[in-house]
Amino acid sequence: MRLFPKIPLADWVDNFVSVLTERLEGFFDGVSSIIGWFVESIVNILSLVPSLVLIGIFVIIAWWTSRWGVALFTALGLLLIHNLGYWPETIDTLALVLTSVIISIIVGVPFGIWASQNETVKNIITPVLDFMQTMPAFVYLIPAILFFGIGVVPGIIASVIFAMPPTIRLTNLGIRQVPKDLIEASNAFGATTSQKLYKVELPLAMPTIMAGINQSIMLALSMVVIASLVGAPGLGADVYRAVTQIKVGVGFEAGLAIVILAIMLDRISQNIGRSKAD
Amino acid sequence: MPEAKIKVENITKIFGKQPGQGVKLLNKGKSKQEILEDTGLTVGVNKASFEVFPGEIFVIMGLSGSGKSTLVRLLNRLIEPTDGKVFIDGEEVTKMKGDQLREVRRKKLSMVFQKFALFPHRTVVENAEYGLEIQGVDKNERRNKAITSLELVGLRGYENSYPGELSGGMQQRVGLARALANDPDILLMDEAFSALDPLIRKDMQDELLELQESMEKTIVFITHDLDEALRIGDRIALMKDGSIVQVGTPEEIMMNPANDYVERFVEDVDLSKVLTASHVMKRAETVRLDRGPRVALQLMKDEGISSVYIVDKKKQLLGAVHADDVGKAIENNRTLEEIMIRDLPTVTPETLLNDMYEKMAASSLPLPVVDESNRLKGIIVKGAVIGALAGNENELNIKEVKQ
Repeated sequence: MRLFPKIPLADWVDNFVSVLTERLEGFFDGVSSIIGWFVESIVNILSLVPSLVLIGIFVIIAWWTSRWGVALFTALGLLLIHNLGYWPETIDTLALVLTSVIISIIVGVPFGIWASQNETVKNIITPVLDFMQTMPAFVYLIPAILFFGIGVVPGIIASVIFAMPPTIRLTNLGIRQVPKDLIEASNAFGATTSQKLYKVELPLAMPTIMAGINQSIMLALSMVVIASLVGAPGLGADVYRAVTQIKVGVGFEAGLAIVILAIMLDRISQNIGRSKAD
Repeated sequence: MPEAKIKVENITKIFGKQPGQGVKLLNKGKSKQEILEDTGLTVGVNKASFEVFPGEIFVIMGLSGSGKSTLVRLLNRLIEPTDGKVFIDGEEVTKMKGDQLREVRRKKLSMVFQKFALFPHRTVVENAEYGLEIQGVDKNERRNKAITSLELVGLRGYENSYPGELSGGMQQRVGLARALANDPDILLMDEAFSALDPLIRKDMQDELLELQESMEKTIVFITHDLDEALRIGDRIALMKDGSIVQVGTPEEIMMNPANDYVERFVEDVDLSKVLTASHVMKRAETVRLDRGPRVALQLMKDEGISSVYIVDKKKQLLGAVHADDVGKAIENNRTLEEIMIRDLPTVTPETLLNDMYEKMAASSLPLPVVDESNRLKGIIVKGAVIGALAGNENELNIKEVKQ
């Protein structure tokens, strides 16, 4: 027996989403075409370069930012992916992850900075971030489909929502962790808020911000299989197909390719953060 | 008296939720302790008033928790005062808006911090030029000024090092160079040397004094170390529980402690580093060279002393003679000039007792005190020095000090 009638939360959300879909159709279409164009451009550019040359470029980046071990791993890993025949899918996945991370940075870093400067903003953003990270990522797919249709764009939107919180959190944290005496010194010399931000706070917070971006990259990678549910192409789609057809071997190959990509991106992005700090 | 560079009137800082409440209670004469118990408010600085004059080193000293670091931050409003006024060059800093305040911080005041507060991601020269960079000074110009100021503090050749690669003493030199690069009128030094080990600290104090001779900045120096305060301060303000207890020259503070607190503070101080020759010297018995040995001997007999100093008409010190030698000279018909001891070790009235032990030990005669034109001002007898160090005020020549 109910004391109160059931709260029609699901109906409210449905209404809200359908109102948004109608009212903001132009906006969503615009966003959709920009993101779609961006992903496509990355895929086209990466496909334009012969695969072996591209592998070479990644190896050089790995060697340049990290130790030779990471470079060796990158070389062997990417050659293995190439040999197994997952190269085009890898490029699709890479484009999806890169786009998600770039959007996360463009949106997340300013929010992180804002939260670090303003207690109220921080207090509002924190529970929102908790919500974004703990809500099962599948749920984001539903409105994403309604807003953006089927394809790579809703996959990216869902990835961004899931992957952006660490960038915001760690940007905020990094700036707040800048020692108080340095802020005081900066103030004592008459720095404005923006001078303080660009000359002291951001440079000193950079290692922490990079750690946040690294986390965002990892989370975006973890979303590739889920994104494939709404039609995003790439390694995730291969894994998904292997699951539905119960093909263990194919699933393992595609999964392994994701792992290799993850380790490579993780080490490279970590070391970019470190070399900046020195 | 020249125009005050910094004038502080009843500046007050109260930490807590309703600081206005605290000001009212202070005005009613409640103590820091009572206010804390009644309202939970902490009185950081309690109605401090003082003036700092151009070119002087004004030391604010007190134990930790006495509010001295808060006080210095109220001057440039790194901490916002709850009540009271601060004037710099006659302009009221406490009334200024953002832009004006920034301008004062950029042009007039520089600060040196206890823990150096250097920017770890910037090289030494980039640290030194920070203030100028903030002002938008052209890159070449600010680099040149930064290098000049690094040279001033003896850090030539370290321009491209990072602060983390330098020792504590060198880091604080960077801090000083960064403050000087702006060419401010006023330096605020918050326990600037407290984090350094004692030997380096002495060096830095000496160097600051040396720099100050040519720079003539107005310096507000915070310290918890009385020896440091006495060494570098032209005037000292003593703080306790957020209030200024006494302001005066080192000598005034030492000799006329305003209350028990100051007295307890100063009682452990090494007097030999405070007292100078002028405090302990006695009148010297002198004979003019042309008066001859008989006069000298008669004087010594009259005064009951065994030696006397020989001066010329202008009272310039020439030497000294012992009674025995004078007696022999009279027998042998020799002049004072022939028998007197020349090249006596001397000290000036400003010489610290601490710096005259060696000369006293080397000489059998009392030490003559002479001024810059070698005129004899007095002598120092060992007994008087020991008496003064023992705290016997009868041994001291002290002018009455106003409080």
